[in-house]
Amino acid sequence: MKALCWTGVNELSVENDIPDPRIQNRHDAILKVHLSSVCGSDLHQISGYIPAMREGDVIGHEFMGTIVETGPDVQKHKVGDRVVVCSVIACGSCWFCEHQMYSCCDNGNTNPAITEAMWGTHPAGIFGYSHAMGGFKGSHAEYVRVPYADTIAFAIPDGVEDEAALFASDSAPTGWMGADLGGVQPGDIVAVWGCGAVGQMAANSAFLKGAERVIAMDRFDYRLEMMERHIGAEVLNYEQTDVDLELKERTGGRGPDVCIEAVGLESHAPGPQYRYEQVKQQLRIETDRPHAVRDAIMACRKGGTVFVLGVFVGMVDKFPLGAFMNKGLTMRGAQQHGERYIPELLDRIAKGELKTGHLATHRMSLDDGPKGYELFKNKEDGCLRSVFAPNGAASAA
Amino acid sequence: MDPTNLMLNGLTRGGDIIESTVRKIAGTATTRARTDRWNVVTVNRPPQEVMPDGRLPGPLAEMASEIEVQVRPAPADKGSELAARITRPSDGGEQVPGGKHTGDQRERLRTALRHAKMILETGEVLESDKPSTTRTTITNLPLELALRRAQGTGRL
Repeated sequence: MKALCWTGVNELSVENDIPDPRIQNRHDAILKVHLSSVCGSDLHQISGYIPAMREGDVIGHEFMGTIVETGPDVQKHKVGDRVVVCSVIACGSCWFCEHQMYSCCDNGNTNPAITEAMWGTHPAGIFGYSHAMGGFKGSHAEYVRVPYADTIAFAIPDGVEDEAALFASDSAPTGWMGADLGGVQPGDIVAVWGCGAVGQMAANSAFLKGAERVIAMDRFDYRLEMMERHIGAEVLNYEQTDVDLELKERTGGRGPDVCIEAVGLESHAPGPQYRYEQVKQQLRIETDRPHAVRDAIMACRKGGTVFVLGVFVGMVDKFPLGAFMNKGLTMRGAQQHGERYIPELLDRIAKGELKTGHLATHRMSLDDGPKGYELFKNKEDGCLRSVFAPNGAASAA
Repeated sequence: MDPTNLMLNGLTRGGDIIESTVRKIAGTATTRARTDRWNVVTVNRPPQEVMPDGRLPGPLAEMASEIEVQVRPAPADKGSELAARITRPSDGGEQVPGGKHTGDQRERLRTALRHAKMILETGEVLESDKPSTTRTTITNLPLELALRRAQGTGRL
């Protein structure tokens, strides 16, 4: 089959001789992929910041399609079902899954020792997300094996278009989790760093949780414009204003009640500090650049909550621990617990409450995969998300 | 495992992290390990399902002559703690001063514990995708070696 593979730092290749996936476990299903989206966290892999990548790895983790084969223990799904699949591979049976912390699943990662060495324990697996997260093939392919299919695949309601359902795989539940576990309450003012798909979904979710105002930051005007137009958030270009002072001014001097970071380990900042940290990161003196996390901690109101949605892998320097402690903040983070949220989110998408259809700004064939990532990475042509149709447009209708 | 052991395990963990990091840097991550350390997993099942009538879960049963196994309820609603330690070093387990031995047997034990937990909780051992699409390169060699032992090493 055809698939888009990582072949080295900043190198992608469309390969035509990838072996078709097969049922290996009794809870597996095989999915014919209709649509598969790029994600900002893919860029960390492509740039070489995520360890444990190997030449030839199939990437991609946000996807939907049709089930074409099921293992003998799959009960919920049958051949022909149109489903969206959570990017996080979770068993549904361990203590963490039973307590709806699916991305902490004990059994979804087949290479536990790697992350145990890095983080002290191992989280769940993730499709196409390095061997540290299980080494599962990604979704930028014609077919993909779906382990624990009853737990991680969800039937798409009639009337929800493929393109809208696609983002229930990863960006919508990630954003929703930021608002939910960030504890957004009616009347809150919520600040969101990053106006990509996850940031937009976090802002949309905050409104649905009753936030009175959402203020979002980015440095690209087209993303800010999308956030303003589709989600209704107030927006700030952090290269054109002092975000901290602006947030103070807009929140009566208090700071936002909940601050959601949706940027990750390659964040940017105005001024020389960015270049300084970029050099350190490239020399591997520090692994992650946490500009947005620092800003969120500094901006958050006393006693407020900072939720880290962006992906981080290792160590950061100059973490403002003093501000965190003395302001009495709560800080949380997680890979998304999508299995907990996807059914509700599909309902909300069906009702038009959660707006996802506009996120797919560029749709293309898998052959154009490298070009799709170039547009996405360089923020060219107004690209918010490139979406691939590995089996052609017909299957994605 | 008695409470003293548990406390000692906790107290020595900080030192273990430093020691294991040094060993990883030195490339000898699992060559030596204390023979008397318990390796433990928490299984989301009651003790009577983990070891019915005292029978060892399948993967551990294969090591029955080499190990001691205990099961007890985990706190709150967390199921059972399944603990195992090596009591008879295998032929390949070289005895060295300080009660240490080579790591192959420990790797088999960790793998057996992980697999036992997975089987008890999900009914099967999850496999990684096969055949792999990845290619062996010189720069990937260390990772490839680590992946071959990714069930048997780690902090368990």
